[in-house]
Amino acid sequence: MRRETLTGSRIRERRLINGQKQADLARKAGISASYLNLIEHNRRRIGGKLLLDIASALGVEPMSLSEGAEAALLGALREVAAMHPVEQSELERVEEFAGRFPGWANLIETLAQRQSSLEQTVVSLTDRMTHDPQLAEALHDMLGAVTAIRSTSSILVETDKLEPEWQDRFHRNLNEDATRLTEGSQALVAYLNDETSEHQQVTTPQDEIEAFFQRHGYHFALLENGGSDTQAHDAIESMLESADDLLVSASAGAQVKRLLIRYWSDAQAFGFDVMLDEVSNVGLEPALIAAKYNLDIGLVMRRFASVPGDLLRPLLQNSPYDIAEAGIGLAVCDSSGTLTMRKPLPRFALPRFGAACPLWSLYQALSRPLVALRERSQLSGRDGAPFETLAFAAPVSAPQFGAVPLLEAHMLMIPLSASGAAQNMEPLRPIGISCRICPRGECIGRREPSILAGGV
Amino acid sequence: MNKHVLLVEDEPNIIEAVSFLLSRDGWSVSTHSNGHDAADVIRAKQPDVLVLDVMLPGRSGFDILEDIRSEGACKDVPVLMLTARGQTKDRERAERLGATRFMTKPFSNAEIIETLHELSGP
Repeated sequence: MRRETLTGSRIRERRLINGQKQADLARKAGISASYLNLIEHNRRRIGGKLLLDIASALGVEPMSLSEGAEAALLGALREVAAMHPVEQSELERVEEFAGRFPGWANLIETLAQRQSSLEQTVVSLTDRMTHDPQLAEALHDMLGAVTAIRSTSSILVETDKLEPEWQDRFHRNLNEDATRLTEGSQALVAYLNDETSEHQQVTTPQDEIEAFFQRHGYHFALLENGGSDTQAHDAIESMLESADDLLVSASAGAQVKRLLIRYWSDAQAFGFDVMLDEVSNVGLEPALIAAKYNLDIGLVMRRFASVPGDLLRPLLQNSPYDIAEAGIGLAVCDSSGTLTMRKPLPRFALPRFGAACPLWSLYQALSRPLVALRERSQLSGRDGAPFETLAFAAPVSAPQFGAVPLLEAHMLMIPLSASGAAQNMEPLRPIGISCRICPRGECIGRREPSILAGGV
Repeated sequence: MNKHVLLVEDEPNIIEAVSFLLSRDGWSVSTHSNGHDAADVIRAKQPDVLVLDVMLPGRSGFDILEDIRSEGACKDVPVLMLTARGQTKDRERAERLGATRFMTKPFSNAEIIETLHELSGP
């Protein structure tokens, strides 16, 4: 690797530190000032005796002018150029490029490193899926058990007058295979979990944000106690610093910061104790409470979602709700339908990738701004849980003539108890999580096939 | 005389269920559960139809299929291959090696009976 590069910048830096004029240094080194100017701007290569003379004139070791991180940078740029061929004439000017645009050069190196890292991850995950013998073995074993169960159970159901000894034998086989299937699936989950922690699975900024909020239970006592802007800022910075294991990407850190600032602002506008009193008095009625305190309905909905389940449950004892430890779920989206804030519940997951179910009242709210929607729904699936959803969309900015406002929609997901779900004679409206994992066969909202049987 | 089907499969409960099913459907059923000597057993038994699992202990179903298709008494026996992996490349490989039909686990009882009837002919 050539090391004479970017030396010009170092010469110039050292000369300025010494307080020497360009003309003086040029004279001492025996070259013209204009030639030194070209060297200092990395337009001319330098080495040999001239480098020794300039180093001597500057009073530094020659090595200090010609070694360092720049050499590594240039090496990296040449490697990138080798992978993505560039014009030879431009490749020869890589040193000049790095010298004149060090920020861009570093950016190219960083992006190349990132690309390489992602490619390695893709290769490793693909390899794992296709060649991992343990995974293949586990899946083969489980499918074997499923095949035996399916065949045996069909015989038991469809065969008239099956002899008792065959019945006993097939029941025993069913029990064996069900046990094997259970153990196999548990082992598979454990294996995949181990792999996840070992290999630091690919995560999106959204995953990082969700992990951060889950660690705090979506409730931030430090931001509930009022205090000055400075105190809130310090508390947020402290929380971000202590979460550097979760918030790896800059994007996730920035988004969490924005959400925490909003949380603090919401808490300032609608205090925690006041909120609990109102919920105790009128129940989960964001529109009523927002009107009473002159607040945005969306703000009140976000505040509801911040209450831990064990504090909310006693306040809603005679309600149709079945509040668990996680409290109330929340989904917030922008005008494009993209989820910008997510608080999933154990029985109401939110899609990690792709779009959600178009039947959610969250999306109906977007088409009916400023209309408060209350709906009783049931998630698709064998044990689809009943929920009440409250949805509301409002402009995010003040109206202006000639400008179409951008909207933000909120949806609360409140789990219903079995008796609560049966209270109303109207059937629960069927909804899903996303098409990919929805088993419902015929659905007007389906936009892609499901990976589950029936959902085509 | 009943048609003879040989089931080469290593899952004992699948063997038991499918054997019961096919016996009740009028087949004469024999079974084998080891890949090592499966080709010899197939040639010795000369079934009317062979049901061959892909993943067997000792030797893969693909190797066994290639073996019996290469020479001997069972060069032309109809073969139904079973696999737990429904990948296209597995299906293509089975077809290339001479499998008559290919079925992915889990299959239904009706499916396997219907397929064997088709393979055994009138």
